[in-house]
Amino acid sequence: MHRLLPEPLFHVWVYLQTQPLLGLTATLCVWELSRMIDNRARHAAWSNPTVLSIIILAALLLASGTSYQAYFTGAVYVHFLLGPATVALAVPMYANWPAIKRHFVAIIVSLSAGSIVAAGSAMLIAHALGAPRALVISLGPKSVTTPIAMGIAQNLGGQPSLTAVFVMMTGMFGTVICTGVLRAARVHDWRAQGLAAGTAAHGLATAKMLMLNETAGAFGGLAIGLNGIVTSLVLPVMVSVLGF
Amino acid sequence: MVRALAILLLCQLAGTIIQEGTLLPIPGPVLGLIMLLVYLIRTGGPGDELRDTSQGLLRYLGLLFVPAGVGVVTELQELRDNWLAILLGIGISTILGLLVTGVLMNMMVKGKADA
Repeated sequence: MHRLLPEPLFHVWVYLQTQPLLGLTATLCVWELSRMIDNRARHAAWSNPTVLSIIILAALLLASGTSYQAYFTGAVYVHFLLGPATVALAVPMYANWPAIKRHFVAIIVSLSAGSIVAAGSAMLIAHALGAPRALVISLGPKSVTTPIAMGIAQNLGGQPSLTAVFVMMTGMFGTVICTGVLRAARVHDWRAQGLAAGTAAHGLATAKMLMLNETAGAFGGLAIGLNGIVTSLVLPVMVSVLGF
Repeated sequence: MVRALAILLLCQLAGTIIQEGTLLPIPGPVLGLIMLLVYLIRTGGPGDELRDTSQGLLRYLGLLFVPAGVGVVTELQELRDNWLAILLGIGISTILGLLVTGVLMNMMVKGKADA
């Protein structure tokens, strides 16, 4: 980038690299652009504003030779809100509390089993194929919603930014295959479909369930929060039992 | 909105203090989520302000993931070196997870009415 710029502009560019303004503005503008693209694409399965934003911003950083640290100086103001947003998940979970209470045992048993199988098989497969420890750990929480997944990865010695990518990949894959897989297994109950989608592929698959059926969407929503809690409790134990 | 944000941040702060103090492996914000949920169940639900602010924050959840996701630029080599392990790990585990939760839940709630 600097070779293309005349001297005065180069100084402005260097100055902006040390300030939060550019990273923050770029994040919000690219987000709005991605939303426009997503609207044009009529929310097709491949089009997701978060994924689009990440691809565009990553391409901009690489093309301009900007370091991630320089970008994050500004983006941190958006990133910080993940914490309060995680706490805020309690509000939709409370809205689903009657349904949780009524099916408490069924929900806890099937959600925990699916959560353990998903995290365990992901880590075992990656380990067997020779992936390094930090990557294996970062795969563990990939079915959990991003803010919680990144916190879990951080605590266990994984790489939160890798986890963010894995969560996104899981969400996209889960969204594309969930209805087909569940139908093939003759899972017809909407509550079961929603819970499975939310447990295996968090908010992205839940958004798809919400379009198909309201009950499925509600159970997906509660699965996102519950799986966050279950995985934070279970994954540390699994990591030490499996010996990673 | 400020009061609701203060409540959310207080829960996160309390959760973080507990996590750092006890070295629990649960992230502070998740402990905050549990505390807020218990509080809501005890008090009969959120007020309008807390509900609106939470919904507003969650509506932009997709935006909040972006800065961390862009961190992929620092991991490109790692992804390139392990692409098969990552693709198979994520693909197979997501199918298995869907099947286990879906089939179990389907069996356990079949024929039972919803709340």
